[in-house]
Amino acid sequence: MHVGLEQYLTVSFLLFALGLLGVIMRRNLLVIYMSLELMLNATNLALVSFSRFNDKLDGQVVVFFIITVAAAEVAVGLALIVALYRKRQTVHVEDLTSMKL
Amino acid sequence: MKDQIFPWLILFLPLVACAIITLFTLRHKTLSSLISIGAVVAGFVLTVLFIGANGFHPALSEISRSWLEIGSLKVDLGVKLDPLSLMMLLIVTGVGGAIHIYSFGYMHEDKGMARFFAFLSLFTFSMLGIVLANNFLQMFIFWELVGVSSYLLIGFWFEKPSAGDAAKKAFITNRLGDFGFLLGILMVWGLLGSLNFGELQGMLNVNPSLLGGCATAAGLLIFCGAVGKSAQFPLHVWLADAMEGPTPVSALIHAATMVAAGVYMLCRIFFLLNVDALHVISYVGGFTALLAALIAVQQNDIKRILAYSTLSQLGYMVMAVGLAGETPAMFHLTTHAFFKALLFLGAGSVIHALHEEQDIWKMGALKKKMPITFWTFLVGTLALSGVPPFSGFYSKDSILGQALEQKNYLLFAVGAGVAGLTTFYMFRLFFVAFLGNARSEKAKHAHESPAVMTWPLLVLSVFAVAGGVIGINAIYDSQFAPDLAPVTLSQRLVEPFAHSPAGAVIGLAMVLVGLFGAFALYRDAAEDPLPARLGGLATAMKNRFYFDEIYEATFIRAHDFIAAVCGFIDRWLLEGFVLGTIRGGTSLTGRSLRLFQTGNLQTYAFLLVLGVAVLLYFVLGK
Repeated sequence: MHVGLEQYLTVSFLLFALGLLGVIMRRNLLVIYMSLELMLNATNLALVSFSRFNDKLDGQVVVFFIITVAAAEVAVGLALIVALYRKRQTVHVEDLTSMKL
Repeated sequence: MKDQIFPWLILFLPLVACAIITLFTLRHKTLSSLISIGAVVAGFVLTVLFIGANGFHPALSEISRSWLEIGSLKVDLGVKLDPLSLMMLLIVTGVGGAIHIYSFGYMHEDKGMARFFAFLSLFTFSMLGIVLANNFLQMFIFWELVGVSSYLLIGFWFEKPSAGDAAKKAFITNRLGDFGFLLGILMVWGLLGSLNFGELQGMLNVNPSLLGGCATAAGLLIFCGAVGKSAQFPLHVWLADAMEGPTPVSALIHAATMVAAGVYMLCRIFFLLNVDALHVISYVGGFTALLAALIAVQQNDIKRILAYSTLSQLGYMVMAVGLAGETPAMFHLTTHAFFKALLFLGAGSVIHALHEEQDIWKMGALKKKMPITFWTFLVGTLALSGVPPFSGFYSKDSILGQALEQKNYLLFAVGAGVAGLTTFYMFRLFFVAFLGNARSEKAKHAHESPAVMTWPLLVLSVFAVAGGVIGINAIYDSQFAPDLAPVTLSQRLVEPFAHSPAGAVIGLAMVLVGLFGAFALYRDAAEDPLPARLGGLATAMKNRFYFDEIYEATFIRAHDFIAAVCGFIDRWLLEGFVLGTIRGGTSLTGRSLRLFQTGNLQTYAFLLVLGVAVLLYFVLGK
């Protein structure tokens, strides 16, 4: 079977949608965080495949940046979640509604 | 010519004085008053120097700078120098100067003295602006400024509610007249396209019918301004209440200068008035003269008597203007400025000596205790009554003569009758307040005022005596009737009898009648005998013919009604609409939007995605 751009993009879209679904549906902050990573990587996949099929390296460069930034973001994000857990003894989003008026 | 700068200096010195006092010296009463007095006296000296160098007909009769141009509307800031304005300059700075000096003594114990002098300087500036104005708009601006400074000075003792009310009444009544004045100015500008007095006069001299059918309306609308400022019927009600201000203010503003502005303005724009307008003006003036004289007969407050007498004399002047006699009008204005300022200052001296007592029935026997005030007041009374050879006789007679010349016998009769009434109420005041027995403790312990107050009285009384024969009318004549032959002093002394013997004799007879009437009724009266004799008429006079009450019941009620309707519309309809729909709508929207604010992170994320999806649909989907 020939694997073209279309297939790559479909996989990327499915991954993105799964991630989004996770972000919206799951209650555990840690899982939401993982789903976010999934969305990022879905984007990476789309970028890399564009890069590959257009014979240009721009997309790959962007992906490198995203991976770097994501690594930093994971460090910060996990630290925040740990701090939050210490303060509230919970990481469930339903319990974190102090933004409500 | 370097004395070109003089008129500007005269005009702006008082403004500078006012600014300095307000900004820097408000805490130093003596310094402030000296600055203010200095400005007006310097103005007087400069006026005299200017007239000395250039005479009453300066070669350069108009100096103006362009001030603003909007389309075809060109407004100059200028000064007009002719006998009319130069004489008025002398009156405003001369009489004004005497009153400034007098105020130094009168106001000395008042803690607001510095403020008082600042206002006084502001007033002098505005009045000089009216006098020197060479175009309608400039005159109107200073006209309003005079109104403002009058408001400030009437309400000077603002802690008294009556003073505050009187100030508002004066200002609002004046505004009514000024509204007509402004309409008249707009009308003239719309029809003739110019505001400059000289240009307008030139145009109308070439083609008198330029104003067409609007001539009467324009003239009468402009006259409205004079009705307000010179307190003519039906806007006369403010002047008597204006006596709530300090007495020097009454003398300066509400007797000598500001109220004369209306008459001055009519003479300045006389060329605009056609026969019909003049007719109305003369009858309004005559009616005011009679009405005010009748009211004055039954007043008991010394300042109110003088106030109604001022009204009556202003009526005379306006009547003279209406009878096409600018010279008699301005002549009477000038002599009136002298003797009425004198009378008011004399009254002020009495009030000061009696510790703010103004009721003439609580005075009496002041001749020995206040000799200077007594004699100068007598001079003022004789001048106002028109006893020869005092100044009032000549000017009043010139007005009566004018009425005879115009063959207007009705107005002549009114004028002669008012002359009799004037003598009657003035001598009533004089006999009751100065002669007889002291009717109160205060009157028993009266004492003469300080020299700073008596000197202005003496100076003014010199002019009140001699003002009629020193040729003031000749100066006005040189502008209004240049072809009249000059006369010598001895000719002037008997001029009224030579000019119109009938007028002079009838006028004098009326004066005698008034004098004997007052003598018979009030020589040793302990209380007023008139109410018993006249009954209801006296009550009506005492209550000023109920004008205030009538206005209260009609205009003020109507105004209150309209205000209530407007208030209803505003409060219930407009505000209801605003509250109901706009505020209510906002509130409702806010409440419903609040539902989305769950505080749950995932809801926000969902809404964000939803928004992105909608956006993408609109951007890419079509």
